[in-house]
Amino acid sequence: MLIARSSSVSHIMAHRSKSDMPNHRLKPTPFHDRTARLMLGQSWRRWAGFTVASSYDLSHEREYYAIRNSAALFDVSPLYKYHVTGRDAARLLDRVVTRDVARAKVGQVLYTTWCDGDGKVIDDGTVSRLDDTTYRLTAADPNYRWLGDNARQLDVHIEDVSERIAALALQGPTSRTILELATESSLEALKYFRLVNTSIRGTPVTITRTGYTGDLGYEIWMDAALAIPVWDRLIECGTSYGITPAGMLALDMARVEAGLLLIEVDYYSSRHALIEQQKSSPLELSLDWTLSLDKPQFNGRTAIRAEHARGAAWKFVGVEVDWTSLQSLYANVGLAPRLPTQAWRTSVPLYQAAGGRQIGYATSGTWSPLLKRYLTLAHVEAKYSAPGTTLEIEMTVEHRRKRALATVNALPFYNPARKRA
Amino acid sequence: MTSHRYDAIVIGGGHNGLVNAAYLARAGKKVVVLERRHLVGGAAVTEEIYPGFKYSVFSYVVSLLRPEIIRDLDLPRHGLEILPLESTVTPMFDGNYIAGWADHDLTRREIYRHSPRDADAYDEYGHMMHHMAMAVKPILAMVPPDPTSLAPSDLKGMLSFAGLFRSLPTRQFHQLYKLMTMSAGDYLDEWFETDVLKATKSASGIIGTFMGPRTPGSAYVLLHHYMGEIDGAFRAWGFAKGGTGAISKAIASAAREAGAEIRLNASVAQVIVKNGRATGVAMANGDEFHAPVVVTSLDPKRSFLQLIERKELPAEFVRDIERYKIRGSSGKVNLSLSELPEFTCMPGNGPHHRGAFSISPTMEYVENAYDDAKYGDFSKKPYMDIVIPSMIDPGMAPPGKHVMSIFVQYAPSNITGGWNDEKREAFGDAVIDAVTRFAPNFRASILHRQVLTPADIESITGLTDGNIFQGELALHQLFFLRPAPGWARFRAPLKGLYQCGSATHPGGGIMGAGGRLAALEILKDVPR
Repeated sequence: MLIARSSSVSHIMAHRSKSDMPNHRLKPTPFHDRTARLMLGQSWRRWAGFTVASSYDLSHEREYYAIRNSAALFDVSPLYKYHVTGRDAARLLDRVVTRDVARAKVGQVLYTTWCDGDGKVIDDGTVSRLDDTTYRLTAADPNYRWLGDNARQLDVHIEDVSERIAALALQGPTSRTILELATESSLEALKYFRLVNTSIRGTPVTITRTGYTGDLGYEIWMDAALAIPVWDRLIECGTSYGITPAGMLALDMARVEAGLLLIEVDYYSSRHALIEQQKSSPLELSLDWTLSLDKPQFNGRTAIRAEHARGAAWKFVGVEVDWTSLQSLYANVGLAPRLPTQAWRTSVPLYQAAGGRQIGYATSGTWSPLLKRYLTLAHVEAKYSAPGTTLEIEMTVEHRRKRALATVNALPFYNPARKRA
Repeated sequence: MTSHRYDAIVIGGGHNGLVNAAYLARAGKKVVVLERRHLVGGAAVTEEIYPGFKYSVFSYVVSLLRPEIIRDLDLPRHGLEILPLESTVTPMFDGNYIAGWADHDLTRREIYRHSPRDADAYDEYGHMMHHMAMAVKPILAMVPPDPTSLAPSDLKGMLSFAGLFRSLPTRQFHQLYKLMTMSAGDYLDEWFETDVLKATKSASGIIGTFMGPRTPGSAYVLLHHYMGEIDGAFRAWGFAKGGTGAISKAIASAAREAGAEIRLNASVAQVIVKNGRATGVAMANGDEFHAPVVVTSLDPKRSFLQLIERKELPAEFVRDIERYKIRGSSGKVNLSLSELPEFTCMPGNGPHHRGAFSISPTMEYVENAYDDAKYGDFSKKPYMDIVIPSMIDPGMAPPGKHVMSIFVQYAPSNITGGWNDEKREAFGDAVIDAVTRFAPNFRASILHRQVLTPADIESITGLTDGNIFQGELALHQLFFLRPAPGWARFRAPLKGLYQCGSATHPGGGIMGAGGRLAALEILKDVPR
């Protein structure tokens, strides 16, 4: 621990001393030196004040296929990360998140949401139990203050390790083989949503069997100052197994296939919502399974239990656009169907079948090159949420708003056995 | 002798036979597929010939697998994964090259390097072909109408057929007419001036045919490539993860799930005919299978000239089948490699290894390759389409090693004196020499080689003369003439007998359309 701390200090010092890194620039991630060399099309994007790749290649297509065919390597360092330590660490987290943290074993990882007092979702992320009294929370948004506010009178220490800890995600069917070569150990025993501490080329790493692709995959957490050798080792071990550095465009398609929601796209944090209707409860996001309603106390418990008793008004579901219907909309204007080449993140109205009223809206969509299906993630009124329900979705064809048939699907759309095997 | 009763029997477990069985089974029919070999797939098989090295033994890319089949049979859930083949690089004799990349701007800049005029022409040509492919493509999903018939269904078919062409603006109709009558070489001369560009484009147009780039009629096949492109993001074009055998396995899995039975090592000897009706099949081992519907996915020569006694079929039909052109023109070389080939024109390892290499350095080279075949020999300097599947799917070879698939043209089935072991090896040597000329480390990198002549293709798969399309894709054998005039609607001049292979409309490639359309026709005849 001491060693890690001192090296991270020297890392920060090194950055400060660089006069060519003025603070009106976005931050490079700890892997920037490697990722920048791969960038062919200068397609960077922002993530939490950092720059990360949209795609390294001129098109994200190969990076997308790597997720399902070999292994894609994502730099996910910009995630917010917090270490929660101390006698009351579990108590703090149990006050904040909806899952039952006290029951998590050392080495277990939980996906969870956390809510405000009205039971509306603030954020979602993971809680990893690193040892008896240490947890790591990952989050899409900053949560340092929120954790602090909830920690009053508790014996707990909260540290924002967002910049101190670098993170990679290695996702895809060959990811296990590559990581086993890189760590020179077997990962056979590492189950879905569990973690193991090991090292890669001398760098201590925590490997969690988690990810944002719905495939076999791992995330690797390490000291930012010691991150580069890990990247290099993974590339070295992975080349024969099709390892492919990949950007956010590929990830965005995979996460829709996996039915995984994205904050500020599929829902608004209750902290950022401007009106009540913009907020969502975990039940409205179909995250019922993340709720430990019997826990004695957590933020939003009363409201959520009441909502649970009466049934949520909205549900978050998969909606597939009917191909034949879409094709005929395009054929009517003499065109072949136009499919999105990237995942989209706009709100698209959903209607009752046969030209009825609006009953929901899709918030993400992608053509799935793997499944050959046009997939969307959507909010619908609860009574339209049963898989198989026929709906209509607005499609703009040659500047005109049309409706294509669409069907409610169970999520995830894609769920290979290897994800958990 | 055991006897089995079914609603339908499908002879041959190639991709079309499997698609056919899957659709029939989904309609509730009790179906059995009888496959002679120990594995399904026909010419779409993946075999581990040498330990750790998996070859797509024959067919090696997927081009126009029908989207509706992928959807109807839910093939991705059964393991189908089509990965992009991104580029084509053609090495030239002078150390230069021409490349087509996945990125439009890169390709344009590459052609510009050879000819600024051609760079512009390339976009216009693509736009034109796209329009024509749009007009022609619906034909793929159409049951060919009989132009001589006044039956309502035929008239309706002819009308919609005519409608497709009416939808084309005059200028494009003229272009289409040219495409159907000209040679690929002559047609490309009207557009481009860069010889290596024309050589590569025209070479892709003669794949599987016994035509040269200067043979009239060869231009039409250029259009087929653009039909695949219309699918665009749908991308049914590329490389199947696990090789082409994985496509067959996915279809077989879908067929089984729907209730079809697939019997391997089941060799059909004869179609049983009773009172002018096909009623089943007799197996080589003496077993019999009975069903009111017998579907053959084999080529028409094998189906109608070998499995059925001639007296059961009209003499005129038999004559048409005898005349059906089915010459084999291509061979296949599959290799295991210790390292990637380093091409003189593009040293080192790079993204180009994930795409195809076309050995078509000049128009003259490709035409000369045809000349050898025309006079009864294999091409001493052949045209080749090369891919390295292990670069796309690492599971195809042991780590650090590679497999290479080389499609070779020409290797005539009717080679003077017939094929034998000596000629096969000489053919293999010619292929390796021709590649080594452009990639000096190539010869020494070869760990194993499998050389397949048309005679080998025939003896393994049963395709007559080793013709990969079950009969040439020439205009006189397409649409309402495939495989014979009057019998293009998946039926045969024997009640209860149907055909669904590549020799039916629309034919050729791993498309599956024949298998599907035949099933839909059968279901019209047989009450559900």
